[in-house]
Amino acid sequence: MATVSIRSVRKAFGSTEVLHGVDVEVQDGEFVILVGPSGCGKSTLLRMIAGLENITRGEIAIGGRVVNNVAPKERDIAMVFQNYALYPHMTVRDNMAFSLKLAKAPPAVISDKVGRAADILGLTPYLDRYPRQLSGGQRQRVAMGRAIVRDPQVFLFDEPLSNLDAKLRVQMRAEIKDLHQRLKTTTVYVTHDQIEAMTMADKIVVMHAGNVEQIGAPLELYDRPANLFVAGFIGSPAMNFFKGRVESGAFRFDGAQLPLPRAAPGVNGASVIYGVRPEHWQLSADGIDAVVHVLEPTGSETQVMARIADTPVVCAFRERITAQPGESIRIAPDPALVHLFDEKTGVRLN
Amino acid sequence: MVERGERAKHGLIQLLLAINAVVMLYPLVVMVLSAFKSNAELFASPFALPESFAFTNAARVWNETSFVRYLLNSTLVTAAAIAGILVFGTMAAYAIARYPFPGRSAVFLFFLSGLMVPLKLAIIPLFIQLGAMGLIDTRAGLVLVYIAMGLPSAVFIMTGFLRTLPGELEESARIEGASEARVMLSIMLPLARPALVITGIQNAVPIWNDFFFPLVFITTDALKTLPQGLTVFMGEYNTDWGVLFAGLTLAALPITLVYIVLSRQFIAGMTQGAIK
Repeated sequence: MATVSIRSVRKAFGSTEVLHGVDVEVQDGEFVILVGPSGCGKSTLLRMIAGLENITRGEIAIGGRVVNNVAPKERDIAMVFQNYALYPHMTVRDNMAFSLKLAKAPPAVISDKVGRAADILGLTPYLDRYPRQLSGGQRQRVAMGRAIVRDPQVFLFDEPLSNLDAKLRVQMRAEIKDLHQRLKTTTVYVTHDQIEAMTMADKIVVMHAGNVEQIGAPLELYDRPANLFVAGFIGSPAMNFFKGRVESGAFRFDGAQLPLPRAAPGVNGASVIYGVRPEHWQLSADGIDAVVHVLEPTGSETQVMARIADTPVVCAFRERITAQPGESIRIAPDPALVHLFDEKTGVRLN
Repeated sequence: MVERGERAKHGLIQLLLAINAVVMLYPLVVMVLSAFKSNAELFASPFALPESFAFTNAARVWNETSFVRYLLNSTLVTAAAIAGILVFGTMAAYAIARYPFPGRSAVFLFFLSGLMVPLKLAIIPLFIQLGAMGLIDTRAGLVLVYIAMGLPSAVFIMTGFLRTLPGELEESARIEGASEARVMLSIMLPLARPALVITGIQNAVPIWNDFFFPLVFITTDALKTLPQGLTVFMGEYNTDWGVLFAGLTLAALPITLVYIVLSRQFIAGMTQGAIK
């Protein structure tokens, strides 16, 4: 186990810079998820930790040792690839034993370690099969088994669940989290799926266009997004945004007004973006009118797609909604839970 | 209606394939049948079945010529040349396909340019060069020429195939502690087996059958290869055709067997990439 320190790391392919100075500290035993939309540089950063991409500037240290010029095999890491990268001509057993054989481990040790990893992952009956004879989930497990047998300082996962169907993804998510809780190995995990990030991580690093937007615990990011990008990216359905001005103690837009959060001093007269998560709306006689467009009852809650003046809004209510499309409901946000962002910079104001 | 048209189309394709098969196989059949005929019988009824299937001609080939020696020479020269082509061709192709380096395209084009110039055009400089190296009338000289002849197509086939292998496999192996040589030998080459087989067969058949280079470079009888050796039956005034055909049949047998054994891999290699 080890810490991973990423300090002012930049990456350029030719004249195109794709990472613009990234700083991330991963503590010993921590499960850190790099999340962001496609092309944000998260996979490139992971590949730089693995040693598969050169570091243009800055430094990466694993366990206190700067590894900028250390070959991948000497970094004591294990990586699980998106397409598993299992060796198709080797059995599951040989796939898992490959690194140990390269390290010239005695056969008894190899057999013991492979056996134990197979046991943890439920792969024992499949040890003599070839990857092509396995299902997607089993292949995924073999890829993890291959990482486990090496007992590395750091696990790296590059979107390992994106090739699985929705049900299997949920199952494997739990398995990976369980595995981490058992092995306590420092893990850096890349995904574009914010649900995956929220459910698995100790700490999330939100990336966008080669920059780190925010680093924090999942609920911290959810409750107090540092900027507009994080607010919009984390949470499903996404946060509702309204563009308007703060005037005489209230937020005004499209002829309507909404209450300000308490902790928002010095915003009077400013142009701001007002954010409300769907589940933070309440039905209230004192609220503002919203015209219902679509109702989506899921059983546990009802999602309502509506419009306040010309602005679309999504609300999620625990209670049953009887309104029909075309009818109005009166809704109000919980002032303690609304978010204010600067219209120009997108930075959080409250 | 559609079904009838479809059936007619399939029938036509089958017919064309059948005609093609007959055209391809007929000379072989005539060769094998002629191997059992005497000269007189051959000229009297060239297309009929032989009167008897006795191995007299084959026995004469075996006993009266150095057939075994020629066979050995052919096997030795072909095997050594194929080994050389596969080893050097694969190494060159691997570097071109998997490692970015300045001048990579130029190196690739250099190999490809070999496909455009028939080696036979360079026979005089080649003769002088081999002479200077003391390799005229040696099997080693022949093998070197064949390796040079086979490298361009080997590099062409292997580079194309190696480029299609996913990069994650080598990255994964590298992280797991494999050296570059180990990545190539344990991970990439086993996956490139169909391409290796194609390259092997594609080169082995013309080398085995080659008459030209042994004719120019080899003069000692003990070093002759099969196609060259069998010409002893072609006299200036008379030729024993039955014995010659028996010799040709025996000469074609090993390479045909190799082809049949490897054909499954060959076809797998040919169709690879057709389906994703």
